[in-house]
Amino acid sequence: MQPEPVVVENLFHCKQQKFKGIVMSKYTEDDLKKELETKEYEYGFYTDIESDTFPKGLNEDIVRAISKKKNEPQWMTDWRLEAYRIWEQMDEPEWANIQYKKPDFQEISYYSAPKKADPNKTLDDVDPELLETFKKLGISLEEQKKLSGVAIDIVVDSVSVATTFKKTLSEKGIIFCPISEAIQEHPELVKKYMGTIVPKTDNYYAALNSAVFTDGSFCYIPKGVQCPMELSTYFRINEGGTGQFERTLVIADESSYVSYLEGCTAPARDENQLHAAVVELIALDNAEIKYSTVQNWYPGDSKGKGGVFNFVTKRGLCETNAKISWTQVETGSAITWKYPSCILKGNNAVGEFYSIAVTNNFQQADTGTKMIHLGKNTRSTIISKGISAGKSQNSYRGLVQINSRAEDARNFSQCDSLLMGDQCGAHTFPYIEAKNTTAQIEHEATTSKIGEDQLFYCNQRGIDTEKAIALIVNGFSKEVLNKLPMEFAVEAQKLLEISLEGSVG
Amino acid sequence: MLKIENLHARVEDKEILKGLNIEVKPGEVHAIMGPNGSGKSTLASAIAGREEYEVTEGEIALNGEDIRELSPEERAHAGVFLSFQYPVEIPGVTVTNFIKASINESRKAKGLPEMPAKEMLQMIREKSELLEIDRKFLSRSLNEGFSGGEKKRNEIFQMAMLEPKLAILDETDSGLDIDALRIVANGVNKLRSKENAVIVITHYQRLLEYIVPDYVHVLYNGKIVKSGGKELAVELEEKGYDWIK
Repeated sequence: MQPEPVVVENLFHCKQQKFKGIVMSKYTEDDLKKELETKEYEYGFYTDIESDTFPKGLNEDIVRAISKKKNEPQWMTDWRLEAYRIWEQMDEPEWANIQYKKPDFQEISYYSAPKKADPNKTLDDVDPELLETFKKLGISLEEQKKLSGVAIDIVVDSVSVATTFKKTLSEKGIIFCPISEAIQEHPELVKKYMGTIVPKTDNYYAALNSAVFTDGSFCYIPKGVQCPMELSTYFRINEGGTGQFERTLVIADESSYVSYLEGCTAPARDENQLHAAVVELIALDNAEIKYSTVQNWYPGDSKGKGGVFNFVTKRGLCETNAKISWTQVETGSAITWKYPSCILKGNNAVGEFYSIAVTNNFQQADTGTKMIHLGKNTRSTIISKGISAGKSQNSYRGLVQINSRAEDARNFSQCDSLLMGDQCGAHTFPYIEAKNTTAQIEHEATTSKIGEDQLFYCNQRGIDTEKAIALIVNGFSKEVLNKLPMEFAVEAQKLLEISLEGSVG
Repeated sequence: MLKIENLHARVEDKEILKGLNIEVKPGEVHAIMGPNGSGKSTLASAIAGREEYEVTEGEIALNGEDIRELSPEERAHAGVFLSFQYPVEIPGVTVTNFIKASINESRKAKGLPEMPAKEMLQMIREKSELLEIDRKFLSRSLNEGFSGGEKKRNEIFQMAMLEPKLAILDETDSGLDIDALRIVANGVNKLRSKENAVIVITHYQRLLEYIVPDYVHVLYNGKIVKSGGKELAVELEEKGYDWIK
């Protein structure tokens, strides 16, 4: 995303600007430091699975080797090579409000697969150790199958390990499989749509992903079909020194509906792990896609060492009367660079973005959305909740663009920031470009701080400080949490509490 | 119930309470009156255990136990309730959810399981009727956009739900119109029992016409300078605080 900074200031009206108590008590300040040091990343274990990893470095041969390893047709290999050549000519973007040591792209291994994985295997054949990993993550596949009716595709490092529920889905004509499988089995769909929403030339990380993506999920919902269950992908980086580049493509054909969940974890490591995914959504006429993410990659330790660099390009296209809803809960990663966007191409198309971004310790997040209004009577809603603690920096960056032909377009944006302590930062960069005078754009922003008054009030009612913070944060995030599917909302709520443990402000 | 002896307390470097004594027995209602800046709210905060209010000397005993070292939440679990003069807003947290967290945290501290939902709902129904609270009010965010009267009524509603041993009402009458005052006072009166005690902090005698105290104390310059029965409040109203100085 390269937003042109054309800010039309008089279009903003900030209905509210709240600044709450600034004082911090001594107790909490000391407590904060102690507890932050002892706080550990809950998912930071490493699974010892034999894996098949490429040597470090990136060149055309590596790209060819990835393609060969996956037994891809020539058109795919060529597609990758073209992307690689584009990437080579590009520079890493520097406009985001983040500071980090740029990764050395020749020091990364671009392919790592658990050795025992075999695409033809069923769930029963999956490496027991891997299943154990999923148990540690709290996702027992068997239970998922029985209880929640969630079909799940799990990508560990670079290979998609198991796709459950495939049969149930295929009866409805729904295709839900690893993207590598889709390239083999449904080349016509992949060829038709891949790279149409996020082209190879889109940005540095998207170009890199296009060249080296190793797996990801593919989903196609046929005309008029309402997907009967939540589809889910779980991404986990396991191997050290590897990058993970998933590619997800979701196509909702006319008048269909799908709700898609994405969860992410990674083990704790000293070095920074790179993650650069691309997600493309296509909602054809009257279709609806709901895409929810809970991102909990390793955020680095309390001193800012390690953590995942997360550079993600997510974008969706809405045809006439179509709707795309992005909901994200971002609690992990050392660096988050992510702007799930909607291109509202058709008339009456609707785009929504609901986001909670939590940063603690030395985490940095620059996240937001782009709503591109092309069609008439298109509508978009942006609700962004940023929570910053420790020494972290949390930025909202959003673009609302109303094209000259987009009559009667509407946008409502609300950006709320909650600060804990006095060493963190919250930033808002809203860009608005309106080229049609019938547009109605509203922007509201608030900044608040968890005040000593609020904490004492809770304490007086018998609620201790940790619990009080959880309560206040949940209240603050409620509008977004409510948008998540039920099971996910519970997990997200728990994650918020874990991420902010000890960060009393 | 509550015994305070020679209490000295300060905020930052300013000594506000300068040797205060009071004893409150179960079943009693005590009113504390006094001019602005005499230390009324400091006394409430010191009993509730607010961090910035440092007790430098003296004792605060609740049911014979010294509570000076207890955290505010531990004091709450022991049965201390403070109705705030300025209740804070917690956006996104409903009145019901807040009370639920409050009740269950106190139960947890006592080793009790969470209150069953049915029981909680039953209790909410009873207490909200007692305080003439509209049920819709309970699903609003805590104190957000509440009128002064709603805030105070919400405080008393929480008190009713938590059933404290010692309730301190800090200027609960301020910002209330006469109808709200009557409802709040009625609520407090209905909650009075032989087992619990109430301290009413107020500027004016008005509230005391509804909540009739057993004792009235006049706080001036960090000390109780005069104590008496309910007639003392009337006398103060007539003569003003200059008479006490």
